[in-house]
Amino acid sequence: MSTVTGRRDRRGVGTGAARPDGIPKVTGEFAYSSDLWEAGMLWGATLRSPHPSARIISIDTTAAVAMPGVRAVLTADDVPGRPTYGLEVPDQPVFASDVVRYVGEPIAAVAADHYDIARRAAAAIVVTYDVLDPLLDPEASLTAEPLHPDGNVFRHMVIRHGDPDAVGDPAAGDIVVEGTYEVGMQDQAPLGTESGLAKPTADGGVELRIGTQWLHVDRDQIAASLDLDPDLVQVELAGVGGAFGAREDVSLQIHLCLLAKRTGRPVKMIYGREESFLGHVHRHPARMWFRHTAKADGTLVKVEAKLLFDGGAYCSSSPAVLANATCFAGGPYKIPNAVVEGSAVRTNNPPCGAMRGFGSVQVCFGHEGQMDKLAAALGMDPVELRLKNALAPGDRLITGQRLDGAAPVAALIEAVAASPLPGEVDGPMGLPGGPGRTTQAGDVRRGVALAVGFKNLMFSEGYDDSAAAKIRLFDGVATVSTACAEVGQGFVTLVHQIVHEVLGDDIEVVLNTASTTDVGSAGSTSASRQTWMSGGAVKLAADDIKAQVDLDPDRAEYLADVVHQHTPTTPLDENGQGEPHVSFTFACHRAVVDVDPELGVLRLVDLVTSQEVGKILNPVQLLGQLEGGAAQGAGLALMEEIVLEGGHIKNPSFTDYLIPTSFDLPELRVAAIIEEPEPHLGAPFGAKGVGEAPTISSGAAVIAAIRAATGLELPRVPVRPSDIALSPDRTP
Amino acid sequence: MNYKLSVNGTDHTVESTWEGESLLYVLRERLGLPGAKGACEQGECGSCSVLLDGDLVCSCLVLAAAAEGRDVRTVEAVAGPEGLSDVQQAFLDAGAVQCGFCTPGLIVAVHDLLERHPQPDDLTMREELAGNLCRCTGYGRIMEAVRMAADRRAASA
Repeated sequence: MSTVTGRRDRRGVGTGAARPDGIPKVTGEFAYSSDLWEAGMLWGATLRSPHPSARIISIDTTAAVAMPGVRAVLTADDVPGRPTYGLEVPDQPVFASDVVRYVGEPIAAVAADHYDIARRAAAAIVVTYDVLDPLLDPEASLTAEPLHPDGNVFRHMVIRHGDPDAVGDPAAGDIVVEGTYEVGMQDQAPLGTESGLAKPTADGGVELRIGTQWLHVDRDQIAASLDLDPDLVQVELAGVGGAFGAREDVSLQIHLCLLAKRTGRPVKMIYGREESFLGHVHRHPARMWFRHTAKADGTLVKVEAKLLFDGGAYCSSSPAVLANATCFAGGPYKIPNAVVEGSAVRTNNPPCGAMRGFGSVQVCFGHEGQMDKLAAALGMDPVELRLKNALAPGDRLITGQRLDGAAPVAALIEAVAASPLPGEVDGPMGLPGGPGRTTQAGDVRRGVALAVGFKNLMFSEGYDDSAAAKIRLFDGVATVSTACAEVGQGFVTLVHQIVHEVLGDDIEVVLNTASTTDVGSAGSTSASRQTWMSGGAVKLAADDIKAQVDLDPDRAEYLADVVHQHTPTTPLDENGQGEPHVSFTFACHRAVVDVDPELGVLRLVDLVTSQEVGKILNPVQLLGQLEGGAAQGAGLALMEEIVLEGGHIKNPSFTDYLIPTSFDLPELRVAAIIEEPEPHLGAPFGAKGVGEAPTISSGAAVIAAIRAATGLELPRVPVRPSDIALSPDRTP
Repeated sequence: MNYKLSVNGTDHTVESTWEGESLLYVLRERLGLPGAKGACEQGECGSCSVLLDGDLVCSCLVLAAAAEGRDVRTVEAVAGPEGLSDVQQAFLDAGAVQCGFCTPGLIVAVHDLLERHPQPDDLTMREELAGNLCRCTGYGRIMEAVRMAADRRAASA
């Protein structure tokens, strides 16, 4: 699909409406959090731990304080309020004072007249450590001495579904396949690094402009650590250079606000790329064991799995990530019996938390690897095996939850499987190795494989999840306020489309800058939830305005102030059973990969997808999510990994941490976009968030295609050239 | 040490700064031209792309003081008085902009590409622009924007 513009003859939903922030973004005028400037502004810098585990004996700031141009040097002693923060559990120190638990943990922050003075002053702080042996193995963590007063296990959970003791009947030809799979640590690598600007306010508070995913949760964590009333902390969204989960946790927010309060001046901070790798959480690396039992005709009898996620030094969103991994461990299949056990543990590795796909990405490598193994053991076509077991509406998930709403798993698989295969590549540039011209066409082996995945939309397990919005209609202008963080996904476009759809094309729509001051929380821009939640809130507010206008068309001004809540969910019981999720999203990918087995180099030749989307609000933006999400999933299979050695990140740069370039990817082809015939209750116009599903199955399809090309087991992603070229199992 | 920089046809005097400052830093922090973005500080991502005497460079790798006497063109000079450039318009029309952090660098790079390859094929486009990282789009809409701009130029030629 090369051209999708949608209709532009009207401005409502379903059209390819243009981004309202598009023009300033193409001219360079759009103000990202790194572009902020204030008169008299200082620069901030952070001192971080060089050790994965150590006791702090002393911190001497004398030399830093004495440097000309230095205005403040802050340590843990300067935090007036709660000394810790965290998304689910406040277990992470604002500044380490007694021990450090990972390389990069903040110890002090500096404000100075110049960026370089601030960095030199931070480097001039003398910290004396008693270096300890780090705990780096997540398996050892389960039984090791606790690294933290909260213990080493962030969460342990078990799902027991159907008959947990069910076993296959070998006499009847039942088949059992086992596999272990491993996923490396992926970085969100948003192009914009962490940055922001804080300044003190006249009322004794502080104002922060920041790139974030959730303004109100930042505000509450800042207020707690600064010991301020939350109303005295104003957080406003600055331009965000991508997020993908990296901006859910606090990074420099509290440090900046402390520095601004202490100096009485505006303070700006920008992380460099290396500091960005140290300063935000990553996708959990995972070790996963699976055992699948199926009848001779391919019908799944039972799925067993044990999942171990390395959460690193602090909790972040590890419990929620693990819940997703555990709940979706079986994949989008009918599974009558399941036992899935998951653990997320603390180590002295870098903290892990949210990244696009949130737990479902890791397990998709496992359940799809297993389906291919099972198909091979059964002598069955892997597509046929998947179709035989595909989830359908009304089926029960392994949590016991009934699948309400759309679940066109079979249709998604069929669409992708029916898509025509590409021919031979045209010319040497298209071979593995590309312009390096390393590969002879005759050496190339091609693999084709398909994968399917799913996950939840919105927060889960009984979380009280909501989004607020306000609209003021005055003189033909609808002014919308929502605290939803636009991080690039195009929510700002949807606001315009939704308001036009409800109130007509002739009114003018103005969207206020997202801020904690004029509207309640929008919740997080994560979990594929903002189209549904904040989009739903904007629609509710617009509907309210329309009803007022219909009732009394002569008023000058109309106001609507709403909070949108999704249908309630429940916690999981001790067997992991319940109604933990609001809604689900499904996607399928088929990859074609050419491999040069001698060198272990690869080329992703073709990638085709299908996805269930509820209802298309903007076909251009939808395609952008499908393409961008697939690229991140493929990147994890092909190249993306934070390489750790002794707890140190060995590749904290774009020279060494590779993300796909335009040359690494083919044009994504779309085989099917499936809309839901009956809109789900609460979804605006029936629309679902579409951003995460593309990241789940794309990587699993790529690794499966590499397996198909090479005949190798390749249980680990990303695949390194040496995994192929130097594999003892490689047939010459 | 003061030095002069010619940026987008305007002469600036950069006053008594540390001469180790990169062109990117000076453009952004001293000359009020934040269009070029810093994302890697080592010439890998292309977010800071500018033209130096007509050559596409990463401004993070250029010493600002070494650019004295040369012609620096940034994204801020791409749009003319008559409005957006054809490449900028194509980026909007194709849906090539998401977070937009890579966009200014890509706008400069695509103008440079189309000067040298007015009708690039797919692999040429992808190879030529491989020095401009984008994390949001997967490049699909960006390639569509390049095709769109190239086709429109060819049609109006």
